[in-house]
Amino acid sequence: MKSDFIQESNFSAMPTSEAILEAEKVTVHYGSFMALRETYINIPKNQITAFIGPSGCGKSTLLRCFNRMNDLIPGAKVGGKIRFHGENLHDRKFDKRIEEIRRRIGMVFQKPNPFSKTIYENIAFGARINGYRGDMDELVERSLRQAALWDEAKDKLKQSGLSLSGGQQQRLCIARAIAVQPEVILMDEPCSALDPISTLRIEELLHELEERYTIIIVTHNMQQASRVSDMTAFFNVKATESGQRQGYLAEYDRTEVIFQNPKEQVTQEYVSGRFG
Amino acid sequence: MSTNLGISDRDGTNLWQPKRGLNEWVEKGVKGLFALFALVSIATTVGIVLSLTYETIAFFSKVPIWRFLGETQWSPTFNNPQFGIIVLICGTFLTSLIATVVALPIGLLAAICLSEYAPEKMRRVIKPALEILAGVPTVVYGYFALLFVTPILKTFLPVEIFNALSAGLVMGIAILPLVASLSEDAIYAVPNSLRQGAYALGATKRETIVSVVLPSALSGIAASFILAISRAIGETMIVTIAAGQTPRLTLNPFANLQTMTAYIVQVSKGDTPAGSLVYQTIFAVGMTLFVMTLALNIFSFWFVRRFRQKYE
Repeated sequence: MKSDFIQESNFSAMPTSEAILEAEKVTVHYGSFMALRETYINIPKNQITAFIGPSGCGKSTLLRCFNRMNDLIPGAKVGGKIRFHGENLHDRKFDKRIEEIRRRIGMVFQKPNPFSKTIYENIAFGARINGYRGDMDELVERSLRQAALWDEAKDKLKQSGLSLSGGQQQRLCIARAIAVQPEVILMDEPCSALDPISTLRIEELLHELEERYTIIIVTHNMQQASRVSDMTAFFNVKATESGQRQGYLAEYDRTEVIFQNPKEQVTQEYVSGRFG
Repeated sequence: MSTNLGISDRDGTNLWQPKRGLNEWVEKGVKGLFALFALVSIATTVGIVLSLTYETIAFFSKVPIWRFLGETQWSPTFNNPQFGIIVLICGTFLTSLIATVVALPIGLLAAICLSEYAPEKMRRVIKPALEILAGVPTVVYGYFALLFVTPILKTFLPVEIFNALSAGLVMGIAILPLVASLSEDAIYAVPNSLRQGAYALGATKRETIVSVVLPSALSGIAASFILAISRAIGETMIVTIAAGQTPRLTLNPFANLQTMTAYIVQVSKGDTPAGSLVYQTIFAVGMTLFVMTLALNIFSFWFVRRFRQKYE
């Protein structure tokens, strides 16, 4: 039943929650190189979906399709459809509204990348450019609270965001993403540059954020995927006859199924650490 | 030589013969040679400062400093000489001001265009071209100002044959590549992750550049500005050829005037006897120039350190 999500023609609704993002036959090329082959996936609303898989399997590539960050990569071409509330984000009519898409589908990157501004301005920036008219101080405080950074940062809002530690910087980036009130937050290996304690804090934070936001997290850390996510998509990579390596979605199911009772042999091997 | 550890390799053979006997001396020799070369530049700087200081002190023993700073005319060769450095500073200030008004905005915009908007191919062609432009001899710029720009200005402005405006404009063009090239380096060095961070929040390209990229490159841009200003202050040939040789306390850009550097050229190309008062004036003027550019460079150094961002 749940594996309906990867069946090509059957887009049955999520039993527990509706799908907020649907990828339909998504193929991504970088130049002539195919990075991701015909992928179908439905992302359930207000849940955490983890993308796991070996390097080069296309998981980050797919993630960047959801907020059209691939547009910024010269030579990148996305085929198929990404539906957000049923509307195809890669439709021509959204070409002029990419900013709106990115406001509603936020992103946190692998390496913390706070702007060289004050902590306050790091958060206010996104709100300001998107025309936020409410009380900025309140928004900054609320965002920092939601990102579990308020207590550490409240006395140094006027200091540079770069003065924080790595884990704090990443939470600042999460706060910055939250501040523009997105519906979805895409996280591209958000903990890979952090120490275990900072990682733990971010994971705890993810559980709190889940109530309000839909989260997709790419991770190389399988324990992390099993700890934080509700759904897990396993991507794999295989070589074509011409020797090119293509990423594809191998299996997608509830996290406990993927980790305890996957249908595919290759998933079993990957999650048990036998390759990758 | 046998191994000095007194143990042979695991398999009993001895394939590894230390051959570093000479190295200690080679190392010392190389170190000494490099130190010598490094010393040459330091010794030159010290020499320049010493000779400047020596002659400047000699000058001020004959002319009190308050005359140097307080008088409003510069006429060291007259029977009743006056030494108001403010006159020459004013000339330098005016030409440099015009040059920076031209070079800083255009240079910065060119830098933004090159690093943010131009396709990579275009950047790879234009960047070296800019640096070639910076290598055009300034005497060429000087005659360009005098023989090309001034006649054009004359058609619609009441400029004299020698004037600050023409010299300043052309000097601006001459230092523009410096500003563009250095600012471009600074902007290009801003990590892409910051641009991506801004885009991911829904920023447009313009918002990303203005609010994220430029502030991050601030210290490098400021350094390029200050370097350009100091270059303008110290620029010699263009102002000597195109701005004139008439020391005059004026801020009128159409007028013939004289800068500090042009004065030094005027005196040193003539037959002024060494040791005379007029001879010593050029050291006093040179010292003033030196102090001004040094102050700018120190400010730049401080500014860059204060605002430089570390991203790692």
